[in-house]
Amino acid sequence: MVKALENYGWFLPVQASDFAADIDRGLIIIHWAMALIFVLWGIFFVYLLVRYRHRDGHKVERSHMSLAVSMTPDVAVLGFEILLIAVYAVPSWSRMKITVPPAEGAVQVELMAEQFNWSARYPGKDGKFGRTAPDQVDFTNPFGIVAEDPAGADDVVAVNEMRFPVDETVLVKLTSKDVIHSFFIPEFRVKQDAVPGMALPVWFKPNRVGEYELTCAQLCGVGHAIMRADVKVEDRASFDAWLASKKAAEHADAATPAAVEQW
Amino acid sequence: MSAHAPAVQSPYENTGVPDGKLAIWLFLASEVMLFGTLFTSYIVLRTAAASWPRGWDVLNVPLATFNTFILIASSVTIVMAHAKAAARDKKGFMLNMGLTVLMAFVFLVVKYFEYSSKFAHGHYPSTSIFYGIYFTTTGLHGIHILGGIAWNLGLMWWANRDGWDDRLFIGRVEYAGLYWHFVDVVWIFLFPALYLL
Amino acid sequence: MSEHAHGHEEHSFWRTYVFSVDHKVIGLQYLITSLLFLLFGFTLVLLMRWQLAFPGQPLPLLGRLLSPEAAPGGVIGPMFYNQLGAMHGTIMVFLGIVPLAVGAFGNYVMPLQIGAPDMAFPRMNMMSYWVYLPGGLLMLLSFLLPGGAAQSGWTSYPPLSVINPGQTMWLVSMVFLITSSLLGSLNFIVTILNMRAPGMTLGRMPVFVWAQFVTAFLLLLAFPPLEAASILQLMDRVFHTSFYMPAGLVIGGQTTPWTGGGQSLLWQHLFWFLAHPEVYVLVLPPMGIVAEIIAVNTRKPLFGYKELVGSMAFIGVMSFVVWAHHMFLSGMSTTLSNFFLVTTMIISVPSVAVLTCLILSLKGASIRFTTPMLFALAFLPLFGIGGLTGLPLGLTVTDIYLHDTYYVIGHFHYVVVTGSLIALFAGTYHWFPKWFGRKLDDRLGKIHFWGTTVAMNGIFLPMFIIGMQGQSRRLYDPTAHLHNLVGQPMHVVSTVSAFVLLIFQLPFIYNFFNSIFNGEKVDSNPWKATTLEWQCPSPPPHGNFASVPRVHRGPYEYSDPAHKDDWLPQDAEKAVAPV
Repeated sequence: MVKALENYGWFLPVQASDFAADIDRGLIIIHWAMALIFVLWGIFFVYLLVRYRHRDGHKVERSHMSLAVSMTPDVAVLGFEILLIAVYAVPSWSRMKITVPPAEGAVQVELMAEQFNWSARYPGKDGKFGRTAPDQVDFTNPFGIVAEDPAGADDVVAVNEMRFPVDETVLVKLTSKDVIHSFFIPEFRVKQDAVPGMALPVWFKPNRVGEYELTCAQLCGVGHAIMRADVKVEDRASFDAWLASKKAAEHADAATPAAVEQW
Repeated sequence: MSAHAPAVQSPYENTGVPDGKLAIWLFLASEVMLFGTLFTSYIVLRTAAASWPRGWDVLNVPLATFNTFILIASSVTIVMAHAKAAARDKKGFMLNMGLTVLMAFVFLVVKYFEYSSKFAHGHYPSTSIFYGIYFTTTGLHGIHILGGIAWNLGLMWWANRDGWDDRLFIGRVEYAGLYWHFVDVVWIFLFPALYLL
Repeated sequence: MSEHAHGHEEHSFWRTYVFSVDHKVIGLQYLITSLLFLLFGFTLVLLMRWQLAFPGQPLPLLGRLLSPEAAPGGVIGPMFYNQLGAMHGTIMVFLGIVPLAVGAFGNYVMPLQIGAPDMAFPRMNMMSYWVYLPGGLLMLLSFLLPGGAAQSGWTSYPPLSVINPGQTMWLVSMVFLITSSLLGSLNFIVTILNMRAPGMTLGRMPVFVWAQFVTAFLLLLAFPPLEAASILQLMDRVFHTSFYMPAGLVIGGQTTPWTGGGQSLLWQHLFWFLAHPEVYVLVLPPMGIVAEIIAVNTRKPLFGYKELVGSMAFIGVMSFVVWAHHMFLSGMSTTLSNFFLVTTMIISVPSVAVLTCLILSLKGASIRFTTPMLFALAFLPLFGIGGLTGLPLGLTVTDIYLHDTYYVIGHFHYVVVTGSLIALFAGTYHWFPKWFGRKLDDRLGKIHFWGTTVAMNGIFLPMFIIGMQGQSRRLYDPTAHLHNLVGQPMHVVSTVSAFVLLIFQLPFIYNFFNSIFNGEKVDSNPWKATTLEWQCPSPPPHGNFASVPRVHRGPYEYSDPAHKDDWLPQDAEKAVAPV
């Protein structure tokens, strides 16, 4: 875990998904523009304060510059914003939040938030999620997977940890069991509220092998601060091996009923 | 209303509209936003709802229709009360205002029977979104009716004391009427939205 | 509805100071009350700042006084932390800044500036204060209730707010506050429309009056939706309706009494429909204050009066169609986001215009660096930072990353604290001589100014850094996340600065109360200002003006070469030939 600390510095965290570079570009351009505006404006401001300070013999000039000239900053800001919207915000927003990628060929994950855990469900080898029913929900079965459904037999459930294969599109179905949470992986620059009663799509393509952190970005109760999960991006083979080992561990748990009854 | 109000001797720049009238219109604008929000919520929730009962199946349409006529009639009587006040006919004013208040009470009594029959059948605000909306909107409307009753009774009481000859009296009757019409209009929207659609 | 109480008969103590209908007394009641609420809200955040900088460390001194449930062993617990957070936001916004900007400054100064003897409805004015005060006290009392105060953030998003304890009192208190501001806003609009002195056309009204006028409309039309939304939330809590509760909620492994069918996003829409105009309620009156002070202290007419007024009106209208920029990631239709992106960018233009007008007013001036002017000048760059940092938040794509991080906290605190609050300090120094006939001490004022502005930047600048690092807001213990560890020293900087800010408020508090009785006595127009409030005695008597003022010109006639003085009051008879 200490290794993961290298992902964070005094500015943006490391870029670990294909959206990161795009979002960072925007952030950096905007902050340079902001700095430029602020500095130019600040110089002018200080100049005015010094030049027009009250002193003996200093006379007030009542004449004003024309209103049209004074509009220049407004027009400049407006132009800059229109440019940002047209070339940057609308297309990128569409790519990140509107155009849902096809489910075929994507790594599908169901992610369910609850106070104060993240549960992930992978469809297993068959690529199909098993049926769920609310009355099946318990601590060992957070999704309420119906045991009789064969599609669910190979589903893999992981709590507060999840892994993604590198360079493959991940399509998440985000839900919440109780209150509003927010799915946020800073290194991916991905964020989406998880709203009870809604199933929201989230997608991204991790492009850097490493260990990252999923955090809840929306106040969700007393445990909001400890609501986190480990995220690991690795190559396809390791990912498959992990899924298999999770499945095996699940069976091992089921074989020892004592562990279940403690709940 | 203020000492400078209607036109004549006021040294102040003004719109020519008495303060009280301006205030009541602004107040009604905010009320429109209040009930508008509730109606919007109704539309949003209903549009998204998986199922929605038909109002006439679960609510008592004849009683509500009766109530609608009662409210419309009371709007007529309050207009007449205003006319009588303007014509300085105190008896006529008291009669019409009294009728308005009486009909407002009748409305609430009918509403009380509607509510208790719902409770008797085990329908509470928590039963479904439909009942939630029904009780919340009609309840809030009922509170507005109560407010109107208080206002109108206050005017009658004031008329009997020293209000009748007060130069602000006729204006206040008019504002009470504006408010009462608004409460009426809210019901005109609520009735079809809950009972008929 | 009531008549103007012009009578000069002697009133009892109660009628004069407590249940007064005089707009000036009510203004001062609002002033003192809201300043105390501000101080209280600030104390709450100091407790939070301690926990953020030194998570898990017992609070020094205060820790022992807190109840063991709230702070076991003197360490603030997560539930208490969430209460502090929700109450800090609520108190600062609804009990502090708005009543200070509108209730105090608006009430006292606006009628004077338009030459009115009082508000249009003095008794309604009194009621508005006496509804606000119990509303505020209820809010504070909720800390003492079993279950404590509201703990779902000042935004109170359901379902959390519906299931969390403490929220009912919050909602009841909000109904009081909304009623109070409704009464106030009606009164302001009618007063401004109907009570202007002869000659005080709309185009001659000081910018501050315009700001109050636009603000009153925002309050009038934006608060009722929150009232409706609060009623629905109250129904959800008390009668278990499901307006905001979807079906199938499982909380802590338990099913819930709500039958479902509602939508939690509905609350967010209704809340932000109020709360975005509310932001401009927080900002417009302070802009007006700054404009007044800049005009007086530059000794020249404001630049672009019409542009300023037009921009403020435009901001007012636009503020009703930008609300969902708080909801880009809420699950709302992402196509709809593009609409709100565009309206948000549009509303930034008039804000730039206001700042441009104010700064261009300095050109050609003769700037007097009085204490109020220092605060007013500090408003310009600091509010500028607040505005600029709104850009990456308003832009959908960059908001994906910055949304709900400390960057947001930094942004709106720059707007509301280094913006609005600084301007309200400016206004306090500026109008204090009018309120009490005495000046605030200048030396203490300058100490207050420098300490305050530096400390405020020390608090809020670090938030941009930790926001950029991806730290979520409202975290009880940031160090529970790996990606927050690097930025932790910034929390310490922020916390230390917050305590420094507290220390630098002491000279202000002393100065304020001491100067009421012992301050330097000044005449009725110590700043040599042109607007009407300075053309009557300090403090103005009941009824304000000895005779109805007649207004002959616009509000900022400074340094007219055809006049002997460098200021020409709005009601002065005629320009006197130069000597």
